[in-house]
Amino acid sequence: MSAESSKEAAIYSHRHLLGIERLTPEEIVTLLDLADEAVGVSRQVEKKKAVLRGRTQINLFFEASTRTQSSFEIAGKRLGADVMNMSVASSSVKKGETLIDTAATLNAMHPDLLVVRHHAAGAVALLARKVECSVVNAGDGAHEHPTQALLDALTIRRNIGRIEGLTVAICGDVLHSRVARSNILLLSALNARVRVVAPPTLLPVGIENMVPEVFTSMKEGLKDADVVMMLRLQRERMSGSFIPSVREYFRYYGLDQEKLDYAKPGALVMHPGPMNRGVEIDPAIADGPQSVINEQVEMGVAVRMAVLEALAAHLPNR
Amino acid sequence: MMADSNKPTVLKGGRIVDPARHIDAVGDLIIIDGRVAATEAGGNESYPGTFETIDCRGAVVAPGLVDMRVFVGEPGFEHRETFASASHAAAAGGITTIVTMPDTEPPIDEPALVDFVHRRARDTAIVNVHPMAALTKGLAGEEMAELGLLREAGAVAFTDGRNTVTNARVMRRILTYAQSVDGLIVHHTEDPDLARAGVMNEGETATRLGLGGVPREAEVIVVERDLRLVALTGGRYHAAQISCADSAAAIAAAKGRGLAVTAGVSINHLTLNENDIGAYRTFFKMSPPLRSEDDRMAMVAALAEGTIDVVVSSHDPQDVETKRHPFAEAADGAIGLETLLPAILRLVHSGDIDLSTAIRALSTRPAEILGIEAGTLRTGARADVVVFAPDTPWILDETKMRSRAKNTPFEGARFQGRVLRTMVAGLTRYTYSDT
Repeated sequence: MSAESSKEAAIYSHRHLLGIERLTPEEIVTLLDLADEAVGVSRQVEKKKAVLRGRTQINLFFEASTRTQSSFEIAGKRLGADVMNMSVASSSVKKGETLIDTAATLNAMHPDLLVVRHHAAGAVALLARKVECSVVNAGDGAHEHPTQALLDALTIRRNIGRIEGLTVAICGDVLHSRVARSNILLLSALNARVRVVAPPTLLPVGIENMVPEVFTSMKEGLKDADVVMMLRLQRERMSGSFIPSVREYFRYYGLDQEKLDYAKPGALVMHPGPMNRGVEIDPAIADGPQSVINEQVEMGVAVRMAVLEALAAHLPNR
Repeated sequence: MMADSNKPTVLKGGRIVDPARHIDAVGDLIIIDGRVAATEAGGNESYPGTFETIDCRGAVVAPGLVDMRVFVGEPGFEHRETFASASHAAAAGGITTIVTMPDTEPPIDEPALVDFVHRRARDTAIVNVHPMAALTKGLAGEEMAELGLLREAGAVAFTDGRNTVTNARVMRRILTYAQSVDGLIVHHTEDPDLARAGVMNEGETATRLGLGGVPREAEVIVVERDLRLVALTGGRYHAAQISCADSAAAIAAAKGRGLAVTAGVSINHLTLNENDIGAYRTFFKMSPPLRSEDDRMAMVAALAEGTIDVVVSSHDPQDVETKRHPFAEAADGAIGLETLLPAILRLVHSGDIDLSTAIRALSTRPAEILGIEAGTLRTGARADVVVFAPDTPWILDETKMRSRAKNTPFEGARFQGRVLRTMVAGLTRYTYSDT
């Protein structure tokens, strides 16, 4: 770690990263700056740093996610950690083991960093209270997904040069989206103008208190937007009938050229993935010139390296 | 020292609060053969040496509390609570009568099971126990239970406990039929379809926490439907525990029209709100969910003005295995027998309600609604008595609670007001000691 980055890490004062909510704007910027450096490391031929040498990182995923899990795995390995992946979705939970039992088991293995994804809001925070190591929230229910918001912010900042003052439209299944919540918190903290656009059935109650501008029409919501952030339609979370059909959803809320034209010329198109092409986004837009979706994936590794590095500064025995 | 029912006893010089007789005055309460023999105002009389005298100066002497919503784990979930453990917790809370819910395994939907409850309670409990029996077979909300036979076996009322009867036709028939057996219908009012995705009150707090919300309408729709069915049938109906302002307004309007309806509220909804959930604290997860502060204040106002008749603990013991989960996956429910009185005294100390209103809602009214012997200290009444120091400050230590389960939302809470003695039929069942 460079002298500069260790100074920056010191600004990040938390033992865990459980959400964007408790971060100050300075801490967010610190993490983004660290991530900028990590992008450089990832693009080198020699991609290894020794920040986490000798440390054990466990990726504990109660919900399947190839993309996020690999991203954390690569990030940990590039920092020199011993990374182990555990998928618990189908094993111990079915045997009746509670989350707290799992925490006790893991704790006995003395990991240094625990990256956790869970289908229930608050589960990662609960686990963090029961283990001695640092915990990173890799998504908890419909609550938060902080590294996704950080990587989105990094992508925007590297493309446009700033966050402040930009108009960002977050569109789609806001109700079930942890990505939306973390992005609303982070972008608002950095003084972007955040909007949400969704069918009325996919807007959570009270969202207008978190976001000043709430739209149910893409035409109005996308007007003059600098960034159009699409969300995945989480059909697996929809127990009732939230929308009449996928066909109708695409017609009114799917991002196609006609709707994208409401936004500013050259507006960035983002998507946290995995995409349902033809449901929330037209394939031509997803793969088109305004799309930075693949860049988001690259930034994901960098942000996760930054987060792990910042937390490493607080690990004991250093 | 334990008072003996065979020995005449005098509770001397306490503030006697008996809402049934509109009494709130310092005096002596004389107990002979397990019954109230007399109340002497002034408290300066002297008594023969054969009397056991208990000094109650500075304390309140009131009819023992009647808690009409208590979940006991027996049969089926004895690891959570038994009649023995629940009754010890009740006695420590000043509760002399508990009314048990039929949500057990098996559910209390057969006369033989009502009989089982009576026998187990007789053999193991130290307070009075009255069972409510199921409204519908298996608590499934489809087929009416044997209301007549259950009543004959000793069920004091009918309820499906935590479940709501969603089928209006079934509810209509129950309300109609129950009149032939003088049956009171006690109903949990929450539309399960509207509430399904929710685990806390719907609103901004739920959205920020990423938790599904239960709208107030899930409750109000069922309350209003039930009130219309009561108007249609003429049945006797009690909303088990309401939680929001619109429900209270609906109950008040129905009472104004002369319908035979009453309502209860849990102590949790009177003294806590959705913000208490904080960082996903599962001990605050309950059904109906804790509502907003405005709703809590509306509940207090409805209690003060008499729209709400009864306050219950809604004692719902849950073991570690059902609460040690992420919030959305944890079981609903909180224990409350030992904290019911101290918690309601918060409202008395804050001036929101007077002591007489509190005792009426905790003792007199539930006894009247259920038609059971309790709720007053008038001469000849069974001597079920609570003596408490209304101003004594203390901090709740959950490790000292008598309930088998420890899922209290008042963990570490500061209270003012402490139960000193609980008597059931003249027998002392609990005395406070520092040790």
